[in-house]
Amino acid sequence: MSNAKPALVELRFELNGKDVAVECEPQQTLSEVLRNRLNLTGAKISCEVQVCGACTVLVDGLPVSSCTYLAYEARGRRVTSIEGLENADRTLHPIQQCFIDEFAFQCGFCTPGMILSAKALLDDNPEPTDDEIIHHMDGNLCRCTGYVPIVKAIRKAAAVMKEARG
Amino acid sequence: MSDDKNRDFEVVNRSVPRRDGRAKVSGRALYVSDVKLAGMAYAKVLRSPYAHARIVSMDTSKAEAQPGVYNVLRGDDLGGLNPYFGHAVKDHPLVAIDKVRYAGEPVAAVIAEDELTAYEALEFIHVEYEELPAVMEPQEALDPSAPLLHQRQFEAGALRGFEGEVTAGRGTNLCQEHHVKWGDVDEAFAKAAAVVEGEYYFPMAYAYAMEPYVAIAEVNDQGVTIYSSAQHPFMVRHDLKTIFDMPVSQIRLIVPFVGGGYGSKSYTKIEPLVSACAWKARRPVKLQLSVEEAMLTTRGDDALTWMRTAVDADGKIIARQANIYMNTGAYAENSPLVCEKSSNRCVGPYAIPNVRIDNHMVYTNTVPASSFRGFGCAQVTMAGESQIDELAAKIGMDPYEFRVHNAARPKQEFFPGMRPFDGTLTEDLKIVADNIGWKDPLPSGHGRSIGCSASDAGAYPLTSTAVRVHADGSASLMIGSTELGQGSHTVLPQIVAEELGVPFDLVRVVSSDTAITPYDRSTGASRTTTLMGRAVQEASREAMEQMVRMAADVLGVKESEIETVRGGITCGEARLTWSEVLTRYYRLPDGEVIGRAYIRKDGDFAQLPVFWEAASTGIEVSVDEETGKVTMEKLGTAGDVGLAINPALAEGQDIGAATTGMGIGMFEELEFDRNQLLNGNLLEYRLPRFSDMPRTVKLELVQNRDGVGPYGAKGGGEASLNSLPANIANAVYAATGARIRRAPLTPEKVWRAIRAARGENES
Repeated sequence: MSNAKPALVELRFELNGKDVAVECEPQQTLSEVLRNRLNLTGAKISCEVQVCGACTVLVDGLPVSSCTYLAYEARGRRVTSIEGLENADRTLHPIQQCFIDEFAFQCGFCTPGMILSAKALLDDNPEPTDDEIIHHMDGNLCRCTGYVPIVKAIRKAAAVMKEARG
Repeated sequence: MSDDKNRDFEVVNRSVPRRDGRAKVSGRALYVSDVKLAGMAYAKVLRSPYAHARIVSMDTSKAEAQPGVYNVLRGDDLGGLNPYFGHAVKDHPLVAIDKVRYAGEPVAAVIAEDELTAYEALEFIHVEYEELPAVMEPQEALDPSAPLLHQRQFEAGALRGFEGEVTAGRGTNLCQEHHVKWGDVDEAFAKAAAVVEGEYYFPMAYAYAMEPYVAIAEVNDQGVTIYSSAQHPFMVRHDLKTIFDMPVSQIRLIVPFVGGGYGSKSYTKIEPLVSACAWKARRPVKLQLSVEEAMLTTRGDDALTWMRTAVDADGKIIARQANIYMNTGAYAENSPLVCEKSSNRCVGPYAIPNVRIDNHMVYTNTVPASSFRGFGCAQVTMAGESQIDELAAKIGMDPYEFRVHNAARPKQEFFPGMRPFDGTLTEDLKIVADNIGWKDPLPSGHGRSIGCSASDAGAYPLTSTAVRVHADGSASLMIGSTELGQGSHTVLPQIVAEELGVPFDLVRVVSSDTAITPYDRSTGASRTTTLMGRAVQEASREAMEQMVRMAADVLGVKESEIETVRGGITCGEARLTWSEVLTRYYRLPDGEVIGRAYIRKDGDFAQLPVFWEAASTGIEVSVDEETGKVTMEKLGTAGDVGLAINPALAEGQDIGAATTGMGIGMFEELEFDRNQLLNGNLLEYRLPRFSDMPRTVKLELVQNRDGVGPYGAKGGGEASLNSLPANIANAVYAATGARIRRAPLTPEKVWRAIRAARGENES
C-alpha cells in the first residue's frame, strides 16, 4: 500500500442554495466532505451500510445516504442538508416545526435524516396517505420513538404546507 | 408531600415542547461524534479474530513507522496505569493483556493524525496467537472440564449496586449467582390443582443506540478530561480514578447530547481505552466506533429459563420456581446486577406465597453483556408471562381475568422485605383490555394477548443537584442526569418552573459535567424523574427558603411574617418577586442564591426499590400461516407512572419501549456461528421499521400519584418492553394454537411451530 495521499480533486456543487468549492480525495464520501471539510455535522453517521438513513441528505431533491455516496458524484448538483432547511428569518420549515409539536424525536440522532426524507416525500407527493408515508420512510430507522409520532408529524406537516399554499 | 396533593399545576403535568427541540430538528444538537478539539489525534482498534487465545507475541514496529502514526497502544506497555476496570467486578482490561476472551476484543490501538491513517496502520500490526478452546454456552461453560476464561480472583467493585458478594474468579466460569426463596415450593407443587412447566429463551439482543460508542480524552497536568456518550458519567469517573490513580476531582467527564442509550451506554465502555491512548500519545485522542464495533462492545444478556408455576383450585397462583442460566459473555460489566434483578423480577407482579429462584450468570467467550432497557425483567418475563397464559389455558380461565385475579394489589408487600407495591395493576390491565377490545370478535388468523410486569426499579438512591436563582429572575439547574432522548432536560426544568413560579423558558439546564454539576449516580433504571426530580423539587424549595430569609432581612421583619406565593413573597402590603428579593438583598441587580438537595437511602427512599415500575401491554396480531409472518395489528399500553410531569414524553417512553420489545419478540437476535458473531451489522441484524408498527396504537398513563417522586411521580420507560416478547408468543398461540417458548418469533420458527402443532411433516 502506498502511503502517499491520493491526489485531491476539485469539487463544486450547490449546497443549501450557495455554490461551494472544496478539494477532496476521490474516495471521500459526501458525508465526510460535509462533516469534516464544511463543518456541517447535521448529517449523522450510524450504520454505514445504507440501512438506517441517519446520514440522509437531498441531491437534486432526492434522498441519498451521504455515508456511501461519493462526494464526487455530487459535482454540479444541488445538495440540501438539514442546515439548509430553516428559512432566512430563522423560522423553521413546517416539517421541523411539526417534529417538535408532535414529539417526533427523542435522542435526535435520526432526526435530520428523517426530516430530509420527509421533505423529499412531501415535495414530490404533497398529500400522502399514511401508507405512502410509511412506505417512503421505511428506509429511515429510529430506535426511540416507535415511529408513530413521526408519521403524525409528517401528516401534520403536509396539512400545514397545504394551507400555506392556499 | 401532602401539601402537593391538591395543587393546581401550572407547568407540571403538561406536555410542554421539548427543550432540545430546535437544536435537534436543525442539525445543531452537539453529540460527541461532532466534537473536535485542537490538536486532536484519532485512534482505531485492532480486534481479536479468535474467541479465546493466548497472545504469544505482538510486533507493532511497522505500524508505528507509518507516516502520520503517533503511537500504538498495547496491553504489555501500559506503564503505571492500572488497566482493569468494572464497577461490579474489576475483570475487564482496557486492552487485551496476555489473552483474548472473545472475537472482537481490542488487542491494540493505533493513534494517528487522522482516522484513515490509523485504520490503514492496523494491518501492519502482527500478532501471534495460540488459540485456546472456547466456550460459548452458559451450561457448557459450567462443566468442570470447560476452559476457564478468568484465572484471577477479582475484588468486588464498591459501586456494584447490590449488597451481595461477587462470585467471579472462584475457579469456575460462574460470574455471579443469585437465589430468592420463601415459602415451600416443593410442598406447594405437590398439592397444586394445576402446574405448567417449560423452558424459555430470551435472545442476545443489540440495543442499537444510533450513535455508536464515541469518546475523546485528554490527559494533562489538569488530570483527565473525557467527552463521552456515557449515560453514567459519575460511574465512569470512578473507574478512571482507579486506572489513573487520581482523585475524582481530577477526572472530568463531559456528556453532551447522547444519540440513544437504552442502557447500552451505562457504566464504563471505551473511556479507559481512549484515555490510555491520550495518555500514551500526550495529546487529545478521539475514538469513534462503528456500529459493527459497537456490536462487539456490548449486548444484552441472553437467558435460558426453566420455570414452573402452580395454581390452586381457586385459580390462585401458589408457587413459582425458576432455574435460570444467563450469559454475560467475556466480562462481567453490569451482569451481576442483571442476575440479581432478573431473579427478583421472576415474581412480580403477582403475589405468590411460595417462591424459589436460582440464577446463574456465566462467563462465555462471547461479546460482553450488560444493561439493556428493562434488564433482568425482560429476560424472565418471557417465561413468566408465557406461563400465565399457559396456566390460564390449562384451567380454562380467561388470561385477562386470571391476571386480575392474581396481580399484586396496591400497598401489598408481595416481595418480602421490599417496598410494598405502589401501583394499580388491575386498573392498568383493564385499561389495556378495553383499549384493544379484549372481548371483541377476532378475524380468523388473529390472536390477542395481554400482559404486565413489575420491576424493582430506580437503582440506588444517591443524587444531588443545585438550583441557582439569578437576580434577574431566571434560574440555572445543575444536573448530572444525562439527556439520552428521554426528555430529562425538559421534565426537570418543568419542576423548577413549577416550584419557583418562574417561566419555563427562563430555566436553563446545565448538565452532565462531573467537574461542574453535582453528583448523580446514574441515568438509568427509570430513576431520573423520581430521584433527580425529587432533588430538583427540594433544591428549588431550599432556594426559596433562603430567599424568604433574605426577604425578612430586607424588609426588617421576622421570617414567620413572610408568606411564599407563586414567583415571590408577600408580607402585609409588600409583594416582592424573587428578582426583587435578590436585587434588594445584594443592593445590585445581579448575584444569585443556590438551592441544594441531596437524596440518599433514607426517609422516603429508605426502602428499596425506589418504586415498582409497572405497566400493562396488550396486542393483537395476525399470523400468515403460509409464511409464518406475524404482523402486529394493535398495541395498547398503560404506564403506571404516578404522575406524568410531561405526559407526551411519558407516552413516548412507553411506545418506544414497546417497539423495542416487539423487535426482540419478533426478529432481533445476535447469532453466533461457532465462535464468531454471524450477524454483526445492520444488514443482517433486523430492527423494527416504520412498516412493522401496528396501525392502531393506544397509549394511556395511569396517574394515581402513588410514587415517591415529585408530586407522586414514578419512573417509566422500560415496563412496556418487558412484557412484549411474551405478548407476542401468547398472541401467536391464541391465533394458531402453536406455543413458542423461544424469542424471537421469526417467520421460520412460527411456520415450523404451526406445522408441529398440527402434527404435519415440516417438509
